[in-house]
Amino acid sequence: MSNTSVAAHTAVTNNRKWAIGYVSVVATIFVLNKFLLTYLNSDVQKFFNSWFSLSSLAEIMIWILMALGLNIIVGYAGLLDLGYVAFWALGGYVAGWLMSPFFSSLQFNFFGHARKGFEFGIHFHVLIVLILGGCFTAIWGVIIGGPTLRLKSDYLALVTLGFGEIIPQFMLNGSNIAGHNLTNGAQGIGGLDEINLFGYVIGTFAMPEKFLMVSILAGGMIFFSIRLRDGRLGRAWLAIREDELAASMMGVPLWRTKFSSYSIGAVSGGVGGVAFAILVGGVYADRFNFVISIIILSMVVLGGMGNVWGVVVGATVLSWINSIGLVQVGDLINNTFGTHVNFPSYQFLIFGLLLVLMMLFRREGFLPEARMRMVMQDEKGDVDKKVSDETKIASN
Amino acid sequence: MTSVASGIARKKKVPLSAILLRLSSFLIMGVAVYWLGINFAHSPQEFAQVTINGLNNGLLYALIALGYTLVYGIIELINFAHGDLFMLTSVFSFAVLTELLGAQSPSGKNYALLLVVLLFTMAFGATLNVTIERLAYRRLRDAPKLAPLITAVGMSFVLQWIGLKWIGSVPVNVNTVLPSGKYHIGGVEIAYKTFAVFLITVPVLIILAFVVDKTRRGRAMRATAQDKDASRLMGIDVNKTISFTFAIAGAAAGAAGIMWAQTIGTVAYNLGFQLGLIAFTSAVLGGVGNLYGAVMGGLIIGLIQAYNDGLSIGPGQRWSQSMVFTILILLMVYRPGGLLGETAQEKV
Repeated sequence: MSNTSVAAHTAVTNNRKWAIGYVSVVATIFVLNKFLLTYLNSDVQKFFNSWFSLSSLAEIMIWILMALGLNIIVGYAGLLDLGYVAFWALGGYVAGWLMSPFFSSLQFNFFGHARKGFEFGIHFHVLIVLILGGCFTAIWGVIIGGPTLRLKSDYLALVTLGFGEIIPQFMLNGSNIAGHNLTNGAQGIGGLDEINLFGYVIGTFAMPEKFLMVSILAGGMIFFSIRLRDGRLGRAWLAIREDELAASMMGVPLWRTKFSSYSIGAVSGGVGGVAFAILVGGVYADRFNFVISIIILSMVVLGGMGNVWGVVVGATVLSWINSIGLVQVGDLINNTFGTHVNFPSYQFLIFGLLLVLMMLFRREGFLPEARMRMVMQDEKGDVDKKVSDETKIASN
Repeated sequence: MTSVASGIARKKKVPLSAILLRLSSFLIMGVAVYWLGINFAHSPQEFAQVTINGLNNGLLYALIALGYTLVYGIIELINFAHGDLFMLTSVFSFAVLTELLGAQSPSGKNYALLLVVLLFTMAFGATLNVTIERLAYRRLRDAPKLAPLITAVGMSFVLQWIGLKWIGSVPVNVNTVLPSGKYHIGGVEIAYKTFAVFLITVPVLIILAFVVDKTRRGRAMRATAQDKDASRLMGIDVNKTISFTFAIAGAAAGAAGIMWAQTIGTVAYNLGFQLGLIAFTSAVLGGVGNLYGAVMGGLIIGLIQAYNDGLSIGPGQRWSQSMVFTILILLMVYRPGGLLGETAQEKV
């Protein structure tokens, strides 16, 4: 008994601790880039801009948001989703539709901040777009998850995979749907509105402010993830992940619980999609492909399924490698040893081997939760023995 | 399930959702039949032509789908790497037959070479698949289901990378050894290539079906699929049997790979992903784990795709992929067991 209350106590203090750490990291990066960097000497500037450029850091925050969203589906509830990019795309297009001059025949402004000369189109306030983006993907989560979550988990993987292929293809072909241009095809929708937060205007190239914005979203997602996990719903998810049959015997409503995890994951994918569209100032269909889904999945797996901090670390490391690391480290190696290896072309191999080797040798990820380690390392048949060992330790 | 729980005396009530589901399925079927009907009335010749093209592709899909269905049947793993295995075999056949042996035009010698390389490609596919199973999947056989699935996705990436390094990122044209002429019946053209596909894939399918249905090894496979422990007690070497299954799956993919390179005429490193998904849809359509179902599913998907791409009144080629996946999703909703399969109860 006393053990649990101690655990609960540390959980609360940890909740406060991470917030302080997170805020200080974000604030440091923001202040450094916004105010200090211009005064530093050019070598330091060059170092930061090539190894830790602000746009890539902002992108890391988006990946964290995405990976945490997928973590709710894969890591918490144990449902394999292979088409998460669909939610990213849908969220992005909601931003493209609702805050750009794209629908040029319409003119609708709802607290939006259209650029001068581009007052046509639909312009919503950015916060409303974020909410609507989440709602829109939630509806799609319901459409996809509703029928398929009743089936075996393998089938969910396939249906989501199919979904992740159909949505981007729709966006690519969407320049002519029965004569209407809905998505502008491969060119995508560019020129999104500037952000007007209660009078404070963030321009297209105001990277530090945009970084701050996506960091707040990512921080919110971290908060939700931690809180959800410890709540009633989160515990039900973990129970389903570990043993569906046992969970249903204990009175966990299987479909409803899985469904809520899928919808919440979908919402965060949509919000992330809107945020990414705002970050790059547009939405482009060719970006959304299967590789993105797999990269997000790798982040979740690499860091440690179910553990928020593991996933955050996984997302940070992998997206940094992807955007800067592979090129920069490759250049460094090429320059030092005089070789001419094209490192970015090894991306497939790196991600593939990473997934395989992780599954073979460290299934629970680099920063696993204790119970995930137990589940993933258990071979069939040893479960009873391990469990009895655990109870022995606990009773001691 | 619920009717049992709620007692026997109560009159069985069909829920509204089930009725709606049934009605909507009829509606979808009706639309599909109407679509095919107006196309047939529009131009019967075109319809027949497209049907033949569809069967051609369908046979290749069937060969790949066999690999999925065999592997899923025995270790319940969706082998995501299988499509990329197929891609590598097509690249292998291109490298050996077209580049190394220089067989680039129709001639008697080249036909013989095609048959020899067919065997080599099948052997290559089988070896590769067995190696992958040995290195990656075997260790994970008792792990939670998510682990081998993610491993398969990772393997698929590794294989794609090998393909990328082998032939580069641009699709490569293959000069086929098959004759380019066409056979005319009543305004419908059948390419000689199509005959070649039938001549090679149909025997391969029959041999594979014979191996699984009639031989001792095949019986061991089916036993292992049902219950590994029990078959181990009966003296079956489970590891060997699973390796054998992977070998057969790889060989089928090899046959499909060389025929794809020869008839479609291009190989590309990202071929495997699309084809793998199409083939998996075929396997699911027929009922995963059912050999004949996979063949039937492959043919049906081939036809549907051909109708979608080729018919003059239809969505057209740019929706090809969406069409296949829409079928997959609809199938999952209406008939998750597949056309020939039965909805399996989960083992407890």
